[in-house]
Amino acid sequence: MHQIWILCRREINAFFDSLIAYIMLIVFLGLSGVFTWLFGGGDIFFVGQASLGSFFGIAFWTLFFFIPAITMRMVAEEENTGTLELLVTKPISNFQIIAGKWLAAWLLVLIALAFTFPYYLTVANLGPIDHGATFSGYLALALLSGVYTSIGMFASSLTNNQIVAFILSLFIAFFFQLLFGQLATILPASLAGIVEFLSLNQHYHTMSRGVIDLSSLVYLLSLIFLGFLLATASLQRRAWR
Amino acid sequence: MSITVSNLTKTYGSQKAIDNISFEVKTGEILGFLGPNGAGKSTTMKIITCFLKPTSGNVTLNGYSIHDHSRSIRRRIGYLPENTPLYTDMPIVDYLTLSAELQEVPRQQVRARVREMIDMCGLGPERHKNIGELSKGYRQRVGLAQALIHDPEVLILDEPTTGLDPNQIVEIRSLIKEIGQKKTVMLSSHILKEVEATCDRILIINRGELVADGSTEELRRRAKGADQLLIQIRTEDPGTKEALLGLASVADVRPAEKGSNSWMVDARPEHDPREDIFKLCVKKGWILTEMTPIESSLEDIFRELTEN
Ligand SMILES: Nc1ncnc2c1ncn2[C@@H]1O[C@H](COP(=O)(O)OP(=O)(O)OP(=O)(O)O)[C@@H](O)[C@H]1O
Ligand SMILES: [Mg+2]
Repeated sequence: MHQIWILCRREINAFFDSLIAYIMLIVFLGLSGVFTWLFGGGDIFFVGQASLGSFFGIAFWTLFFFIPAITMRMVAEEENTGTLELLVTKPISNFQIIAGKWLAAWLLVLIALAFTFPYYLTVANLGPIDHGATFSGYLALALLSGVYTSIGMFASSLTNNQIVAFILSLFIAFFFQLLFGQLATILPASLAGIVEFLSLNQHYHTMSRGVIDLSSLVYLLSLIFLGFLLATASLQRRAWR
Repeated sequence: MSITVSNLTKTYGSQKAIDNISFEVKTGEILGFLGPNGAGKSTTMKIITCFLKPTSGNVTLNGYSIHDHSRSIRRRIGYLPENTPLYTDMPIVDYLTLSAELQEVPRQQVRARVREMIDMCGLGPERHKNIGELSKGYRQRVGLAQALIHDPEVLILDEPTTGLDPNQIVEIRSLIKEIGQKKTVMLSSHILKEVEATCDRILIINRGELVADGSTEELRRRAKGADQLLIQIRTEDPGTKEALLGLASVADVRPAEKGSNSWMVDARPEHDPREDIFKLCVKKGWILTEMTPIESSLEDIFRELTEN
């Protein structure tokens, strides 16, 4: 556990030491803000009801790009520069390496999400807001971020090229985002149910409307865990070249 | 802690990088690992440090096997990979602190150890720089510092002195010698003089196969069956060569490059011709101005074993 935390701290420091980190944060917050206030259904000011629904809808997509940008270098860069050799020959397991880096990336996203709290305060000022739905929406965002992070870590562990890792994680995430949903509409009903369950979209939107479903929680947590295991296995594989 | 390597084989795709090699390194021994480029030195070291899995065979450290006790092994090894891959975005002190923490140095000792390593490896003047800003030699020193930081029982150093200046080479060598008295050290190098000066034992591999194992002395004896002498004689007598060849203990005489009446004398195996030569000179009234035993250098042995 201690090793995970040591590595996590180092990754977070490394992130804030680079200028790119701040640029990414600003772009993420800027885009989410702009879309939430100006284009998010067009009309936070006119709907007549205070809700963060449009923000949650937008964040689903901004995180989709933001998180792979954070995770892409995590393993790929270490592999590319050779520093992975010094890391894995320290008394730390592959699982701990992935966990430390995963945790760092996820905490960074949570920090970014914490900066959207003013949106909540402002909207709450505009009118009565459903606090329950806001809470479950943020919970959904945190879990969704976990899923994206797992996918990103897995993609990063597959290659030593950051750009390839970035595109790979977009590609994998895209399956869960849209393709499963689309597939469900063309498949026969018996299969459609299963495929639809695999669609990230579905679970996320239910949750961000304030409905916390046990099956959604189980689904998101297992996706996180699956990505985790795959990333660990992929790191393990390197020793067998 | 002793290292036992048994029947180690590593295949990359279809290429055999190392082929069924076995050897042992004892506690308090410094082992020099030699071989031409691509011989498999780094591959062997990567397997011992648990970075790569062997295709077959085993390595054990005091009975801990790389297959079953990888973590216990990694805890006890200090490793400097070739090319010294370090986090270039980190300041030296932060990096050494991270290494100490990952190596499970007790928390209250971390700062003291980092300071000690900075002194020991001569990093003082550059201590506030980022690793990315350092010259190659200083980076190498940081690499050594991180390998030594937890006072490991086994040190595996892949070309530890490349890029160091002559002063630092001497310092690092004596440091390695000092460490080698109590610990187990294995280092690879292309500088044969250095290996000769630092190591108790030498291992030479060529194309993945072990071709020599022993002290410099033993290698010398094995490589050349007989001794060579360089002699110089002051005389007007034109028949020196013939007279020398006539001696029972002399196998061959060739003119040396060194000037007139200098000869390279090959002894017959198990014979020492020095006494005979001296007596011959006395008998003939020649003046013997030089007689030097020529040891075949490690370079010669290396070339003989690895060139074909
Ligand atoms: N990752 C790899 N994939 C494929 N082949 C490899 C890999 N690493 C090393 N090899 C091959 O294995 C052989 C041994 O390489 P190794 O790096 O162990 O040599 P070395 O003795 O350390 O050489 P040098 O003195 O140049 O450092 C070489 O032929 C090399 O091409
Ligand atoms: Mg090498």
